[in-house]
Amino acid sequence: MDPLIALLRQNARTSTADLARELNLSESEVLDRLAKLESDGVILGYQAVVDSQKVSGSIVTAVVEVKITPERGGGFDRLAERIAKFSEVQSCYLMSGGYDLLVILEGANLQEIATFIAEKLSTIKGVISTATRFRLKTYKENGVSLTREIKAERLAVTP
Amino acid sequence: MTFNKHIANHIRDIPKSGIREFFDIVAQEKEVISLGVGEPDFDTPWHIREAAIYSLEHGRTHYTSNLGLPELRASICKYVQKHFHVGYDPRTEVIITVGVSEAIDLALRAVLNPGDEVLYHEPCYVSYSPSVVMAHGKAVAVPTRAEDQFRLTAEALAAHITPRSKVLMLNFPCNPTGATQTRAELEKIARLCIDHDLIVLTDEIYSELTYDNAEHVSIASLPGMRERCVFLHGFSKAFAMTGWRIGYACAPGWLTDAMMKIHQYAILCANTTSQDAAIEALEHGAHGVDSMRREYEHRRNYIVRAFNDLGLSCHKPVGAFYIFPNISSTGLTSREFSLGLLEKKKVACVPGPAFGASGEGFVRCCYATSLDQIKVAMDRIGEFVAESKK
Repeated sequence: MDPLIALLRQNARTSTADLARELNLSESEVLDRLAKLESDGVILGYQAVVDSQKVSGSIVTAVVEVKITPERGGGFDRLAERIAKFSEVQSCYLMSGGYDLLVILEGANLQEIATFIAEKLSTIKGVISTATRFRLKTYKENGVSLTREIKAERLAVTP
Repeated sequence: MTFNKHIANHIRDIPKSGIREFFDIVAQEKEVISLGVGEPDFDTPWHIREAAIYSLEHGRTHYTSNLGLPELRASICKYVQKHFHVGYDPRTEVIITVGVSEAIDLALRAVLNPGDEVLYHEPCYVSYSPSVVMAHGKAVAVPTRAEDQFRLTAEALAAHITPRSKVLMLNFPCNPTGATQTRAELEKIARLCIDHDLIVLTDEIYSELTYDNAEHVSIASLPGMRERCVFLHGFSKAFAMTGWRIGYACAPGWLTDAMMKIHQYAILCANTTSQDAAIEALEHGAHGVDSMRREYEHRRNYIVRAFNDLGLSCHKPVGAFYIFPNISSTGLTSREFSLGLLEKKKVACVPGPAFGASGEGFVRCCYATSLDQIKVAMDRIGEFVAESKK
């Protein structure tokens, strides 16, 4: 992976000055490369990784396995793109295996998600079936573990 | 009443470790950012720890063969062949040890007669000279210089060879300087070793931590060298396994046999759980090593530039996780610099002379610490340097 991307995936808030030092580049080189990655659509955005259980105004997350009918000419793309347009949809992936799309939904409460699935998602022409599962607890989010491990101590000076 | 007269002369005469002394001073301070460590800040990757748990769960709590688990020896030979291009027979030419430290002790005791001379480059790891003395040898330091990026040159080595020279100890990438050797220089050194019939102990514990896509060359892989080399390696640095105390030596059968005589009576065998973990590390640990190496490389880039920006000249080492900046422009000795920095700014680094007299004018800073800590440490070192110049 591009080391610049790898660093930003670890911490998107690293300053360009620090990125430049770590990558042995000048600051303007870093800025140029960032601009290009953004305009090429490689970097799509910068977001905070949040423990949603600690955010007031709780969020409900569900994963929905969706079976759809592929179309001549477009396969799964047109329907998948249409589903992805809904603001409730956080992520949408075409999967191998027993169903076609994995859709991750976020809503204010259970009811909101149920309504979305019943009234929007399931009624789209071409959607054959849905299977919904709700998230109960998060242990790791975007590579960040939520259980705080106590850092093992190291001696301050060793050979 | 002193019982010092009961202590063996050669042990009594070994000076106290400079690092140990400095550790005691640092231990009295609180909230210190330490650049004084000699080990990774990463915990051992989880899959390796998990393999150790599995081993314990399944009651693998017994002795192993003296040489070590046959599966581990086979894994090691495969790994050494692949990465260092030297072939060893897992049945007779590998011995699993309690870290490289034990392996060095075994090798020196196996080959030295009293008064035999052992050459080593300096600044170097703290145990080399005492290990030689404990094996009744004579330690002969060959100073290396900042202008050579602390590489050992064949010329410097040749100037210290005498008819009593028997062993050459090498450690590249080097603790404390981060120095590495080029193939061309190693070839010249190998020629000298063959001409003067030297045995070479090559401690390559930091070899996976080689940066800038540079090639790590083992002297054991050069023509005519395998038969006179003890290749020393372990798991501490690349796999972040310092506390597991597990390393190994690969050497021709006649030399392994001699080392084995000492190992079987002194140690019996290396820790079984650690041996099982080591197999997991070699078989499935490459990805973790790569990601740690990338991280170290970023930190190295950062800290080297930061030191040079402060006017403390620092070569950019290609290996290990240490930098060895020259602090003499502050007008302070290494010790004054390290003590002052600790006292006034709560940053610990190790004075260069802890690694041999030729380390004067330098300090060792380890960048196996999070970048956030390194940044704060560099800010404080900047303040300290500015204040000392007033």
